Amino acid sequence: MYTRAYKSAVTVPPLLWVTAFLLVPYALLFCYSFWSVSAQQTIIHNWSLQNYVQLIRNPTYLSVLCRSLRIAAAVTLLALLLGYPLAYFLSFHAAGRKDLLYQLVIIPLWASYLVRGYAWKTILGSDGVLNGLLQYLHITRHPVEFFLYSPFAVVLTLTHIYTPFTFLPIYASLEHIPRNLVEASHDLGASPWSTFRRVILPLSLPGVLAGVTFAFVLTLGDFLAPLLVGGASGIMISNIVVSLFGAAYNWPLGAAISLCMLLLVMGFLFATERLERKLTLS
Amino acid sequence: MTSTMAENAAASVRTDSLLSIREVVKRFGSRPVLRNISLEVASGEFLTILGESGSGKTTLLRLIAGFEQLDGGEIWIGRDRLDQIPPHRRPVNTVFQSYALFPHLSVFDNIAYGLRAKNIAKAEIPNRVAQALAMVKMSEFSKSPPARLSGGQQQRIALARALVNRPGVLLLDEPLSALDANLRRQMQTELKALQREVGITFIFVTHDQEEAMALSDRIALLRSGFLEQVAEPRQIYGQPASAYVAQFIGQTNLLRADVKDQVARAGPLIWRTAEISRQVVFSLRPECIWLVARGAMPRAADDSTARFRARILNQTFGGAMDTLELDCGTRQTVRARIASPGPLSGEHEFEFRAGDAIAVREESSA
Repeated sequence: MYTRAYKSAVTVPPLLWVTAFLLVPYALLFCYSFWSVSAQQTIIHNWSLQNYVQLIRNPTYLSVLCRSLRIAAAVTLLALLLGYPLAYFLSFHAAGRKDLLYQLVIIPLWASYLVRGYAWKTILGSDGVLNGLLQYLHITRHPVEFFLYSPFAVVLTLTHIYTPFTFLPIYASLEHIPRNLVEASHDLGASPWSTFRRVILPLSLPGVLAGVTFAFVLTLGDFLAPLLVGGASGIMISNIVVSLFGAAYNWPLGAAISLCMLLLVMGFLFATERLERKLTLS
Repeated sequence: MTSTMAENAAASVRTDSLLSIREVVKRFGSRPVLRNISLEVASGEFLTILGESGSGKTTLLRLIAGFEQLDGGEIWIGRDRLDQIPPHRRPVNTVFQSYALFPHLSVFDNIAYGLRAKNIAKAEIPNRVAQALAMVKMSEFSKSPPARLSGGQQQRIALARALVNRPGVLLLDEPLSALDANLRRQMQTELKALQREVGITFIFVTHDQEEAMALSDRIALLRSGFLEQVAEPRQIYGQPASAYVAQFIGQTNLLRADVKDQVARAGPLIWRTAEISRQVVFSLRPECIWLVARGAMPRAADDSTARFRARILNQTFGGAMDTLELDCGTRQTVRARIASPGPLSGEHEFEFRAGDAIAVREESSA
């Protein structure tokens, strides 16, 4: 049996951590979202729903939220389309080159997010690598402006950044599939495609769900990529939160948006977890 | 010796052959795993591929199933070249060592998997699955997920899943090795009964020689990629082709004898033989030796039995049969298994029939 001292030594620090850095901030966020700001830029501690009413009334917030969701969905889809085949190839067909290729997928994760963001800025800009190439090949005569500072640039950058996050759980789930199940499927007369559809894909779905969750949730909350490559048309909901807490000095409204986002993400996590439990139990 | 080899050849070429393995070669990298294996399997036969781990027995099975590619030779089933058909189109099914049931599918869907893959009419599937489940006495588990079943139950489902497809040949890769001893014996009996019932050709891989003898119509003994002997269990036990076979299948005494004028001598053991070579290795099973009551006359007046004196080194009680370790002098020890005689010590006389000393090849064909 463990001593009392040992038990408290193990449990108290994490509990303190969670309280100080999670529960207290969320409680504050919750409170702020019902307060307001006076004309003199002080917080008025009057409880009201006016921030939430404003969120619904002002179409800007809703349209930016919708754009954020669209971008998150696009990034998730692209990361899945890139990550799944890559993970599948590595797990089933890479043979001796498996470890090398795996490292190649992982290495970009060691580079700072900012570096990768700036790299895309350099590639997509009007004097950038992409435009330079297009003009060199005489495909375009003038620099194409819409590469950078657009939702397209945000999706591209975030796909690049988050694909490894989608790849990893999918790869792990594929690696966990016993190979004799694949052999059994062939043995029972199922073609390679049918084997993929009826054995490999269903058994890798938990990994797919985890990968989708990573890409979607991380993209939805992202504010650096829109800041670096998004421009005015690529603004996402987190950028609004950042500016409300910063220059605009409207913490209550920022808190209200944050809380809505939090609920949205928690709803999404809840749904994927339910789905995963259903998949693994059946 | 030559006679057993001729019988081997006769045993591996059958006129009612269903599966024909011809000069099959398989290497992993530069390491040869199977070296020139030829084997004919008859329709409805229960053939066991027996061998130690690393002998290539599982590889041979995987070549037939199509999970590995040949490096040489051919495999035919009926009039079709089996090794050129992709695994999912081969008319064979496998029961895997670890069962390989699909964890995301119910027992019913596991068994129906092959039928659906072959586009069997939807209306027919429930009937076929029900029949297969009844055959392995698992009807009430149709809706269970495989993870809820015990090892023995999973094994039955794996059998049903393979047999429901009515394969030309059923391949079984050490299917009983994960079961505990009692369940294993029970499953052996059931497996044999099932094979008689369905009449499908079984190719069964095992490293357990008792299992092989209990189940098989014929045993093919593999040793490091070579076929050592192919014969019926009684023949492979009674007429082992080589010293290796004699030692692998059951226990034996290997007697290195000098032969002169149709008399073999191995230390104090002297018996009559038809062998003509000068140096011959004989296999003498421990149970072929019996204890002679003190002062008794030889059983037969002729020289068909051989008698020798030996000192008892060790006696191991084994219930019905005791194992004696006998010192015959001149560094010749012999093991005898006799009906428990009570405690023995000192010197005794023993006999065996000359015909029970079987001449065996000493070196393998390697």
